Amino acid sequence: MEYLVQQLINGITLGAVYALIALGYTMVYGIIGMINFAHGEVYMLGAFLSMIGILLMGVIGITWVPLALLIVLVCAMAITALYGWSIERIAYRPLRGSFRLAPLISAIGVSIFLQNYVQLSQGARPKPIPPVIRGGFELMTSVDGFTVTLSYLQVFIVAMTIALMVGFTYLITRTSLGRAQRACEQDRTMASLIGVDVDRTISTTFVIGAALAAVAGMMVTLYYGVIDFYIGFLAGIKAFTAAVLGGIGSLPGAVLGGLLIGLIEALWSAYFSVEYKDVAAFTILVFVLIFRPTGLLGRPEIEKV
Amino acid sequence: MSVAAPALTPSTASPATPVLAALKDAALVALIAMILAGPIVGLQTYDSGGQLSLNMRFSEVAIGIVVVFFGRLGLALAERGLQPAAFGVGALLIVAGIALPWPTGLLQVLAIAAGVGLVLRGLVSVYGARRHKAALAAAVAESDDEKSERLRRLITRGLGFLLLAAAVLLPMMPFANSYIMDTAIRVLTYMMLAWGLNIVVGLAGLLDLGYVAFYAVGAYTYAILSKEHGFDFWEALPISGMLAASFGIMLGFPVLRLRGDYLAIVTLGFGEIIRIVLLNWASFSGGPNGIGSIPRLTFFGHPFVRNPPEGVTAFHQLFGLDFSPLHRSIFFFYLILVLALVVNVFTIRIRRLPVGRAWEALREDEIACRALGINPTNTKLTAFAIGAMFAGFAGSFFATTQSFVSPESFTFLESAMILAIVVLGGMGSQLGVAMAAILVIGLTEAFRSLAEYRMLVFGLGMVLIMVWRPRGLLSHRDPTIFINRRKGARA
Repeated sequence: MEYLVQQLINGITLGAVYALIALGYTMVYGIIGMINFAHGEVYMLGAFLSMIGILLMGVIGITWVPLALLIVLVCAMAITALYGWSIERIAYRPLRGSFRLAPLISAIGVSIFLQNYVQLSQGARPKPIPPVIRGGFELMTSVDGFTVTLSYLQVFIVAMTIALMVGFTYLITRTSLGRAQRACEQDRTMASLIGVDVDRTISTTFVIGAALAAVAGMMVTLYYGVIDFYIGFLAGIKAFTAAVLGGIGSLPGAVLGGLLIGLIEALWSAYFSVEYKDVAAFTILVFVLIFRPTGLLGRPEIEKV
Repeated sequence: MSVAAPALTPSTASPATPVLAALKDAALVALIAMILAGPIVGLQTYDSGGQLSLNMRFSEVAIGIVVVFFGRLGLALAERGLQPAAFGVGALLIVAGIALPWPTGLLQVLAIAAGVGLVLRGLVSVYGARRHKAALAAAVAESDDEKSERLRRLITRGLGFLLLAAAVLLPMMPFANSYIMDTAIRVLTYMMLAWGLNIVVGLAGLLDLGYVAFYAVGAYTYAILSKEHGFDFWEALPISGMLAASFGIMLGFPVLRLRGDYLAIVTLGFGEIIRIVLLNWASFSGGPNGIGSIPRLTFFGHPFVRNPPEGVTAFHQLFGLDFSPLHRSIFFFYLILVLALVVNVFTIRIRRLPVGRAWEALREDEIACRALGINPTNTKLTAFAIGAMFAGFAGSFFATTQSFVSPESFTFLESAMILAIVVLGGMGSQLGVAMAAILVIGLTEAFRSLAEYRMLVFGLGMVLIMVWRPRGLLSHRDPTIFINRRKGARA
């Protein structure tokens, strides 16, 4: 029982991270109908930038943890967002209207490039960083001495994710930017005819997605304390699975899918095998595609001729 | 900017505004590059006694950004019609790249490459404009079109036969040592894989990012069958191919009903899963240590060894030759040549069959195909399975030449490399893919010292090819048949 509770806590934390990445996938898919393969790499960049930022804070001498983390978070989000913008500008925008596989191949190119770029400039070894936020609540202890803990970091991660989701929902449903995004999602030509700057809206989508991925990257850096240049690959696949599970193109679906994938992965490693935990997400992806290709909250796709 | 300015004054009437705009553009791009590269490249983290420390490398970043500034300046000038000035900036970059003392070789290469790129781009645009005019003039004379088409086909065919003859004659050349033969075998293995993937990506238009998984299935099938069950190569070969094809069908069946993008990510995941399973299922696959001492291929029962065991005639004894380790390489070379050619001939022939035509039609327009009564799922599945089967064959061959397989050989990078060959060669073009395989493997051999930058260049290359020449750098392939090509083109 206590073990299960602990796994649920871990799973939800993990799921929050996946949800943040999955939002980037699902938003981009919704607006231009393309899977942004490089999104996992953007998340990895966010993690590296946070790590560098945390080290830099130590060098500069800002030791008050909340302030340091806030500065790092804002900087990492800004720079990662700029990466997202540049990727769209260089690798995707010229390909709009090209044949169907072109943006996918281009995205794989970006992904390979970014991985090797970080590997070459930062080294291939995993990077350990000391824990920044320590301590937690002890919720309950079982008879045989197993203690369920909820660390401050986990609270921070989940709270942060919820706050971002609220802000994000507000952005999509209430602001003019959100309206423009939803308009582009439905019909790009029509949106441009009524005065929506389609290019700018798509760029903004990439920027927001990248910024959310940067938050996820920072949380993983803090949570696991070890990152390397390869983390974007698997996280990308899992977050994509989350997006598909929730119904790709649907924003609440991405969050739901992320939480489910996080929970499944935590329970799978706890009760089945740790070696094959990466297989779990993939198996789910295949089953979802077989039985419910539109996902849990997705709408069936209508092909237009 | 004083350097570039004199070159452009005579060419334009009022150079100030476009030059200013170009300068602004370049400065903006340099600023973005600074923000992007500054923290990642400029602040290197390194491990110092269990703790991470920062290593500042700002001078390198600053130099890199200056290079970016000038490169973008040249590009911006060219875009605003100041071609001579762009040439000037390009030449300046090349000269600076060669003459100045650069702190790292990478920056030097970057500067020279940017300069060469600018000059080449300028040449292409000048030449292209002229050719465009010529093409407009020629469009009036219609018969030329057919003639040039026939000529192009003749050249393609001639080049193909030339390559084939070169391949057949290669082992007889006096310079054919074991290094050359091993490289040639590598080139042909990749060529075969790329031709196989070309069926999936080029003809059927399905993006398979886990192609190497089928290669792995073939390799491990041969390894286990030959080592533990005593199969010989020719018995194991069809089984490997069949097994790889069944994996393809199993994987493709749920996914091929859906949009193409899903296939890409599912195959990507599948490639990784196969690798994880091979790494962890030690009792089956030997785990990270792989499977060693796999029986090597013999010449129809005659092994390539100096001292064969009792009762067995070795290859050199059979033909009364002196023993040479090169014999084995040459035999492998011809074997993979034949295997690769089988894939090639198969592809060329199947293109003329209904199923081949259906693949190409599906690539172009799936909805129209469905309206014509083509079953898209089954048609795609055949392409996917056939591609997987050829990868399985290639995997068997790989296992028998290396006599050792481990999960290390089947990473995503291999898939990416094969895909890069297909993309570079122009998806769908057999000759283009062959030339791309020679180019890519040849270049990686030539720049062995820069091997760490290989994948960086690959990634960048894939993006640039998609942006500039999405139908391939070396060649391109239109659909095999057209109805009323001319009318379609004119309408």
